[in-house]
Amino acid sequence: MNREASRALPKGLKTTIAVLAAMVVLGLVTLPGLRQAVQRLRSTPKTDEQSRREVMQEPISTPTDVPVEAQMFWLSTSTLNALEPTTIQLPLSADPVERSKQLINALIARAPGPEKRTLPAEASLLAFYIQPNGTAIADFSDEISSAMPSGILSEQLAAESVARTLGANVNGIRLLKILVHGQEAESLAGHLDLYGLFPVPSLVPGAEPHK
Amino acid sequence: MWNDSGILVEVPSKLICFLFALMVSAALATLAQAQSTQAPAASAAQPAPQTTTPAPQQTLAPAQPSTEPPAPPQKTLAVVILDPAHGGADAGARGSAGIAESDVVLSYARLMRISLEAQGLRVILTRQANDDPSFDDRSRLANAQHSVIFISLHVSSTGQPGTVRVYSMPRMALTPNPAIAAHSGLLPWDRAQFNFIDQSRRLAELIQIQMAQRFRGSSETPFEAPVRQLRTVGAPAVAIEVSSVSVPDRAPLDQLGPGLADGVARAVAAFRTIYESGGK
Repeated sequence: MNREASRALPKGLKTTIAVLAAMVVLGLVTLPGLRQAVQRLRSTPKTDEQSRREVMQEPISTPTDVPVEAQMFWLSTSTLNALEPTTIQLPLSADPVERSKQLINALIARAPGPEKRTLPAEASLLAFYIQPNGTAIADFSDEISSAMPSGILSEQLAAESVARTLGANVNGIRLLKILVHGQEAESLAGHLDLYGLFPVPSLVPGAEPHK
Repeated sequence: MWNDSGILVEVPSKLICFLFALMVSAALATLAQAQSTQAPAASAAQPAPQTTTPAPQQTLAPAQPSTEPPAPPQKTLAVVILDPAHGGADAGARGSAGIAESDVVLSYARLMRISLEAQGLRVILTRQANDDPSFDDRSRLANAQHSVIFISLHVSSTGQPGTVRVYSMPRMALTPNPAIAAHSGLLPWDRAQFNFIDQSRRLAELIQIQMAQRFRGSSETPFEAPVRQLRTVGAPAVAIEVSSVSVPDRAPLDQLGPGLADGVARAVAAFRTIYESGGK
């Protein structure tokens, strides 16, 4: 009876059913991959900060920018648990605030490799100020905390890399205060105290007083 | 001389000179005695803590209002607060294999408790299970006790696996506000660690030496870092950080537990002697 019924179906309908069946099989095969892709997208939503950074691709530049050999402090690959200076060519402004922003952005964006990175790649500098008494205030996005490898060691080296990079390339900064998204946070990522100020060792040759 | 009402109206200059000479001679005699107690030959006969405070200040100088809160009284070390960091929703450092800092440190704290209680010390954990008291709640537990030390336990996400670092607060991070200290005489909560920096450093040295003996690659000298948890503890306080949660499974971290517990217990025993003798 069924065979007779199937014979009775027109040829075009048979072809349509076959194509639909093939599509269903194809869909079933690709379904797990699609599901994984959707989960990946769900788990890494684009933050406001990331969207903002995508728009602001242009690096900070000022009319006084001069390419200089900047001394950057990233993790040492030869000495454990330590920072080491690495010299890179960087166009730096004469203005201490702009210069500091350029340095911190380079510290994040131009780390030579993941093994030398001190600040999370997702983090960004939101604002930077220098007070007349030589205290610099660096305001980072939330990712400085959320994407930071947790631990006293890693958090201390992160703060130290900012302080030492500023000290080596900018005149007149004596102390550093770190804010997270404009707020005074209790800790960087659960360990390092952000209540106080970090000393900035000045390594600038012939340092001039900050104007 | 005295008037009819019995009030002193005039003092003869000879009397003033005599009293002044008497005070100077008394001061010199006290000074000489203090110097003799510091000499090696006399040190055995005198208790050590007395020699650490210059005697002339005690006898000559009038009581001045101190600009810093009074030093903590030296007593018998009775209580150890063990602080397994993080907990609850805050797992702390998390490895790619799923190892959570909050779990590992709780197991370390339980082992240390046994070793320290064997010395007759009372041991209090800032958390017993997977909950997450605030930094201030943990500090409050320590600050409510007398004759106490505080040990915060951590596992990092970086560093050479199997090594241990011991931290105390740097002095610079706790510079007190002189206006508050002078007027109130109280220790501000947010800088409660300030008066204990030297003792904390000594405790960190003793623990770090024990760690260097047990865990290859660990430093022989302790570290200084502004650790949030330590700042508000008004007692000798250190943080111990083990590397790291990056290991592929938890077994190597668990194997460090007995050595950590024994090393900390020995260091605390050594510190106890120093603490109870009033030294730093």
